[in-house]
Amino acid sequence: MASRYLMIFLSLILLLLPSALGISDGNVEGYSINGKVRFPGFSAAGLGLPAKISNVKVILNGGQQVTFLRPDGYFSFHNVPAGTHLIEVASIGYFFSPVRIDVSARNPGKVQAALTENRRVLSELVLEPFRDEQYYERREPFNVMSILKSPMGLMMGFMVIVMFLMPKLVDAEELKKAQEEMGSQGVPSLANFLGGAAQRAN
Amino acid sequence: MGIRVFLLLLLFFCTSYPTFSLHEDQVGLMDWHQQYIGKVKHAVFHTQKAARKRVIVSTEENVVASLDLRHGEIFWRHVLGPNDVIDQIDIALGKYVITLSSGGSVVRAWNLPDGQMVWESTLLGSKSSRPLLLIPKNLKVDKDDVIFVYGNGFIYAVASIDGEFIWKKELASEGIDVQQLILPEGSDTIYAVGLLGSSRFDVYQLDVKSGELLKHNSMFFPAGFSGDLSFVSEGMAMAVDFTETVLVSVLFRDGQISFHKTHVSQLIPGFSGPAVTLPSKIPGTFILKTGSSVHFIKVINEGKLIVVGQVGHTDAVSDALSLPEDQQGFALVQQGDGKIFLTVKLGDDWTTNLIDDTVQMDHQRGLVHKVFLNTYVRTDRSNGFRVLIVMEDHSLLLLQQGEIVWSREDGLASIIDVKASELPVEKDGVSVAKVEHNLFEWLKGHLLKLKGTLMIATPDDVVAIQKIRLQSSEKSKMTRDRNGFRKLLIVLTRSGKVFALHTGDGRIVWSLLLKSLRKSETCENPRGVSLHQWQDPHHHALDENPSVLVVGRCGQGLDSAGVFSIVDTYTGKESYHVGPTHSIAHVIPLPFTDSREQRLHLLLDANRQGHLYPRTAEALGIFQHDLGNVYWYSAETDNGVLRGHGVQKNCVLEVADDYCFGTRDLWSIVFPSESEKIAATATTSSNEVVHTQAKVTADQEVMYKYISKNLLFLATVSPKAVGPIGSVTPDESSLVVYVIDTVTGRILHRMTHHGSQGPVNAVFSENWIVYHYFNLRAHRYEMSVIEIYDQARAENKDVLKLVFGAHNLTSPITAYSRPEVFTKSQSYFFTHSLKTIAVTLTAKGITSKQILLGTIGDQVLALDKRFLDPRRTVNPTQAEKEEGIIPLTDSIPIIPQSYVTHALKVESLRGIVTVPAKLESTTLVFAYGVDLFFTRLAPSRTYDSLTEDFSYALLLLTIVGLIVAIFVTWVWSEKKDLQDKWR
Repeated sequence: MASRYLMIFLSLILLLLPSALGISDGNVEGYSINGKVRFPGFSAAGLGLPAKISNVKVILNGGQQVTFLRPDGYFSFHNVPAGTHLIEVASIGYFFSPVRIDVSARNPGKVQAALTENRRVLSELVLEPFRDEQYYERREPFNVMSILKSPMGLMMGFMVIVMFLMPKLVDAEELKKAQEEMGSQGVPSLANFLGGAAQRAN
Repeated sequence: MGIRVFLLLLLFFCTSYPTFSLHEDQVGLMDWHQQYIGKVKHAVFHTQKAARKRVIVSTEENVVASLDLRHGEIFWRHVLGPNDVIDQIDIALGKYVITLSSGGSVVRAWNLPDGQMVWESTLLGSKSSRPLLLIPKNLKVDKDDVIFVYGNGFIYAVASIDGEFIWKKELASEGIDVQQLILPEGSDTIYAVGLLGSSRFDVYQLDVKSGELLKHNSMFFPAGFSGDLSFVSEGMAMAVDFTETVLVSVLFRDGQISFHKTHVSQLIPGFSGPAVTLPSKIPGTFILKTGSSVHFIKVINEGKLIVVGQVGHTDAVSDALSLPEDQQGFALVQQGDGKIFLTVKLGDDWTTNLIDDTVQMDHQRGLVHKVFLNTYVRTDRSNGFRVLIVMEDHSLLLLQQGEIVWSREDGLASIIDVKASELPVEKDGVSVAKVEHNLFEWLKGHLLKLKGTLMIATPDDVVAIQKIRLQSSEKSKMTRDRNGFRKLLIVLTRSGKVFALHTGDGRIVWSLLLKSLRKSETCENPRGVSLHQWQDPHHHALDENPSVLVVGRCGQGLDSAGVFSIVDTYTGKESYHVGPTHSIAHVIPLPFTDSREQRLHLLLDANRQGHLYPRTAEALGIFQHDLGNVYWYSAETDNGVLRGHGVQKNCVLEVADDYCFGTRDLWSIVFPSESEKIAATATTSSNEVVHTQAKVTADQEVMYKYISKNLLFLATVSPKAVGPIGSVTPDESSLVVYVIDTVTGRILHRMTHHGSQGPVNAVFSENWIVYHYFNLRAHRYEMSVIEIYDQARAENKDVLKLVFGAHNLTSPITAYSRPEVFTKSQSYFFTHSLKTIAVTLTAKGITSKQILLGTIGDQVLALDKRFLDPRRTVNPTQAEKEEGIIPLTDSIPIIPQSYVTHALKVESLRGIVTVPAKLESTTLVFAYGVDLFFTRLAPSRTYDSLTEDFSYALLLLTIVGLIVAIFVTWVWSEKKDLQDKWR
């Protein structure tokens, strides 16, 4: 029983081995870079990538080589010469930091990867998005404040204040007095004005 | 108090970063996006199952795509890298699309229904060889279905389920050019057939299961072969000998090779010219192209040759297709006057036609280039045929039952150049405008919009809103509008076809396959080069239509013969064409127009002679008047020399030509070849308008921008660093940038970025340059800005001097005066690689600028110029903040809402063009690659017009509310009055 588990374990390791190594010795001309892109929310054992991220490109050195993701998220570049390279992931809806990759001629198989945005060193070449990208401005849900803040709302609010609050500010007695005085002088009030207009129309 | 509040508000508006932002429901309102694939190279049909019928295609734009066979829509599509040219495609296991690309180096399998990549294998090897792909049906090795791939000199057996190599074997060790892999049905031996040099015929026999070399036969053919082998059957190939007059049939079954010679003139009486075998996959028949026509020659009993048919050079033939009852059929397309004649014939019987259709064809599509045949079973159990044809203009059409079922304008995937043109003015009496149906409809629409803005719309309402917005007839009218949003985009494509696209909805208004850019005997390999505005009537000559100049060449080199045409942009008719004529190395649009508002152009040939167009006496007069003021420069990238030129008097020719002018070198700058190589140049756009030269800073200082149309930005990199990133170490590489006056050759500014390399993308506008390059030390991309200011005018700050005229602002400006300039510069990190860079242009240059970056992810990012301001500091003072200076950060922030292309991609983006609208705040942006994308941008928001989603309904409601309020208060006040009076 134990031996069977060991077998399974070993075979699993063997399966994962080539991809777990960041850089492996390839042909004499160059080396291979193997890595993985992982999206949050989708388990590693998931069956294929969701439709939204099926069109992900992995780009080496600004377009020198372009590759695509396998269903399990792995990618690889072959025939890469020794040196310091740059890998970018182009995916709509996600922001990935470019990755600096050092391919060493002396000890092939050594992983040297670092995110260029925050200089974080990656122990293995597993790339995750920095953040989601929302391309659209979100519509504010309906609320009273947004209406009030709009020019029309401000206009209405000002009117309301003038109509209902301003009279309150003046003492009621004084207002009456003032009105009486004004009435005797015949200053047209709104009612007079509109009423007068109506009478004239008649 | 009020002033303080105002300043606070101003500060608030200044510090908030203006971003181009869009709500999700506004998509498609002022933008459009079109997806293309390019000219189809291979097509494989997938129609066996009852599932959705589709065709898998690969194209010259490195696209592999699955198209709906019913409508021609794209199910899925992948654009491979620019160096990853697709060589072969096929379908394996009935569920995987196999592509072989990069000269036989990369094999990929894509899932047929959704296009997800399933596996990828790289075929390593040092020798480049002809890429071959063979997918046998029902051949299993170790229970795996297997496909055979030949690439880089190795033959590989690849398991089609996971891409693992089962075995590999090197074949090209001696330099043999393997031309075909043959797997006879039911056999365990795979044949690899090829030529060594031009005279040895080689056959390898390999074991299918292990790859073991069973036999290797070879035989010399003393007369030598010319061209490729054409395979007639599993054991026979045809070739033409070195004299190109003798046909050689090669039998190689069972390892025995034998040659039989037949003189072509025995088969074809009156044979002339060289004979070439064409690749064909019609069993038992091969195609021979001779000087006069194309012959179909049938092989009987392995040796006897019979000519069965003869067609013209321009006719196209499909591969053979297996039909029921062991028959083979193929399609032949011939062309007549505006019609194409489609026949489907049986492989072994030339005389009977299974189908004989005549299809009307648009003249503007040119010749048929490729034919792909597919069959289906009709309801009466007979065979029906559908044919996919690729035309000269790169369009793709499906023919069925004598009709065009669908067509795709895939020429638009390879745009070379773009120019904008105005639409006709709306004339009186011709009312194109449709008034809104009625007030009720109008109100209803606006109520719906209001609901949308208040987020209380139901999904049905949202759909209705979207429909109303998209269908607004305003934007697709064929006349000029007041805001200048409606224009024609004239695009030149690689096929030599010119299209006019409407900016409102992206539809094709007209298209024209230019005669001068079609292949002809005098012009073997024509290609379009550029478009120029030829005539743009604005002030007078208004009855003339605007037109564009289309320039092309007959070959790759600059010294090949030139062709050009003038195309009317309203009608889409070619009004004038010249060619092939003198070579066209460079086109200079001169700043002069004649009385018909035709712009004068100087076309420079490879011998450095200038040819003036239009060739009229009037144009000559204008040009000779300003002869001394015409300058231009040329950058010789290979030699590392920058030269300035001017015009001399007429050139010395045997035949006197008044319109030909000699040129003289005025100055030259030689860059040291061991340390500098020209990487990029940039100049300002010729139609850019600068509103003001003065820039007032927060502390009431005035800075004068140094504005000159003659400035050139040039960047050089170390020769070692010309390659991609990773090929050079920081110590070996440096980037040097120059700002050069192209009239005098004076270097105004020079700056070195140590440890940096290209690719350099630069844009020049007003008095500033923004460029993007790679910093090897930080291993990040960087963007830098250089701003140039005029020192000579710095003293003109005194208002009194300005008022009393004691200033030098009115003194004439000459490029020869020694400019006293000072520059300011700053650098920032930027995350992405760039493909292209552009800047927004507006009608009067008042609106602030945005830089448009085409990123490696095929998106277009709008970046406010204020992020690239050399006056940014870590802690700006209060005054500087009020001026709008953003605190300095080491990298430029990427705000997702400022992606102009929002959630869309412009696959393999190549260029961005900006056109000013008439409305000052707005600029039109057109991005092209394999896809097209158009939108309009307002870099400082639309301060001069109401936005699209301005709610008229809310305005109306408010007015109604106010009126109601007035009446209510009136009634109240009346009542109160009455009460007061009764009291």
